[in-house]
Amino acid sequence: MSDILLVLPVVAPLTAAGLLILLRRGRPESSPTPARGVGWGVSAGVLVVACVLLTGALDGSRPVLRLGGWPAGIAITLVADVFSALMLVVTALLVLASLAFAAATGEDDDRFFVPLALILSSGVYGALLTADLFNLFVFVEVMLLPSYVLLTAAGGGRRLAAGRLYVTVNLLASTVFLAGVGLLYGTAGTVNLGELAAVATASAPAAVASAVIMLAMAVKAAVVPLHSWLPTTYSATGPAVTVLFSGLLTKVGVYALIRIYAVLFDGDRRYLWLLMTAALLTMVVGVLGAVGERAMRPVLTFHMVSQIGYMLLGLALFTGAGLAAAVFFLVQYVLVKAALLMVAGAVEVGYGTGDLARLGGLMRREPALALAFAVSALALVGIPPLSGFVAKLGLATAAVAEQRYLAAAVVVGVSLLTLTSMLKVWNAVFWQAAPEGNRADEGPHDAAPRAPSPHDDTGRTTVTGVRTRLRPALTAPALLLAGLAVVLGLWAEPLLTAAAAAADGLLDTEAYAAAVTAP
Amino acid sequence: MTAAVAVGVLVAGGVYLVLQRNLVRVVLGFVLLGHAVNVLVLAAGGMDRRGLPLIGQGDPATAADPLPQAFVLTAIVITFGITVYLLALARAGGADTERDAVEPGDDGVGGGR
Repeated sequence: MSDILLVLPVVAPLTAAGLLILLRRGRPESSPTPARGVGWGVSAGVLVVACVLLTGALDGSRPVLRLGGWPAGIAITLVADVFSALMLVVTALLVLASLAFAAATGEDDDRFFVPLALILSSGVYGALLTADLFNLFVFVEVMLLPSYVLLTAAGGGRRLAAGRLYVTVNLLASTVFLAGVGLLYGTAGTVNLGELAAVATASAPAAVASAVIMLAMAVKAAVVPLHSWLPTTYSATGPAVTVLFSGLLTKVGVYALIRIYAVLFDGDRRYLWLLMTAALLTMVVGVLGAVGERAMRPVLTFHMVSQIGYMLLGLALFTGAGLAAAVFFLVQYVLVKAALLMVAGAVEVGYGTGDLARLGGLMRREPALALAFAVSALALVGIPPLSGFVAKLGLATAAVAEQRYLAAAVVVGVSLLTLTSMLKVWNAVFWQAAPEGNRADEGPHDAAPRAPSPHDDTGRTTVTGVRTRLRPALTAPALLLAGLAVVLGLWAEPLLTAAAAAADGLLDTEAYAAAVTAP
Repeated sequence: MTAAVAVGVLVAGGVYLVLQRNLVRVVLGFVLLGHAVNVLVLAAGGMDRRGLPLIGQGDPATAADPLPQAFVLTAIVITFGITVYLLALARAGGADTERDAVEPGDDGVGGGR
């Protein structure tokens, strides 16, 4: 029974997307509500399926589905171990949240938004579930194609330029990935992850081929020095699209890096220094890059690079504690970052700009939004009792246990730099008064006209738009996700247990291979 | 050997074109790179075995490996789709191919339109 469940997260969104596009054809003016309903319903259904799979995986079962009923070794295999199921739950949750946010920002008025988001999510679910490298390539492409359209569809000059950069970089990475798969097939004669277990430890050509695949995935995960496409493109698109991308695309890259290194290299300790160097560089370069940015979303997207370094650090330690901390970090980070990007998106939609120099005084005007930002920013930094603290504490202790004192120091140091960056945004947007005078006419992107700022009774000025306060629908998704960060910090035990189980599954390559290849 | 030379030439041409500034040339470069990888994947199945890969017809020892061919078919379809989309992007940008730098510090307004 649970074997059939495995195929639902892939098939259901694809079918729904196809039907939505067909049924709304020729009626561009129809209301977005039915599509919204279908999108939310399907994503909620996938969330339920993912929760069922996760509880099953935590009980020790490892459901395996061979598509088409072909025997092992020939069939394409889908498998849900704890790591995959956990990622599936988070992804489904994030898709649901970003669909809700897109409804609030009005981005889903475009009749292709919901279908494209569904296709994208189905590609992500497939990539998380598959145990076949070529199938992983196909699912990554299924995920990327709608992302190309989402990034550029509602064009403006800047989105087009960003879209070109995004498409070409990802196409190059996909080409390299396919070359890696071909090389691996040439050396090992199979692309089934179960049969490929530990292949890179035994043969040097297979190790090179696996490294080519890892390189392609490092581009998709935006690991330094292959990161520079991410901050330039993510901040150029619509706010809800950024939220969707942040939680899904790079995380598939990170997932694939962890899975491939765990299975193909069997956690080979000879190459860990390379991963460690990349992880530390990614953490430091990402956080320093954010210092120079002057608008909310560019700051946050640069921090994404830095946070990817944290997850990679857990992989580079390759101990039970390190991997568990990385998985915990990944799960809570997806939610926290989405909350932050939703705050930035809500500010941009409501006030017409994300520019730090032009915003101010939102603390008084949007207390709910300020609360959501404060909580999720502190969670990102890692202040107790929020979820980021548990994750970073886990990473630091795992690094110290391995005598990697430099890594532990970087974990703490980069957190401090993150704090200064978040404080910069907090001060500029929420805490300090709005700048004197209306400088809105500087930027060509500034859509919302603004009245001159009147002084309020404390002598400070506030940003006064034509619009009044933001609608609750814009702030609610961010608040809910920020609330989850508090819950995961105070009541971390269930997720910690699940993350530890996921790490055990990653360390035990033989069990994974046996489950995938069992007749 | 032929396959290796073909892949090498295709990759060289592809890399040269991808590094050009004009987007149409970049697209052509990706077409070449895609072909190079397709030949590579086909070569991974063994270039000397070319018999029919059907059970009961022909000797299994000389039968071609059908799996890389299936891979390549899938990859061709995907590359074709992305190539067309890239060409559409080039067309949408019009004469803008020279000005494709994005400033990360640009006002990050995406707006909900």
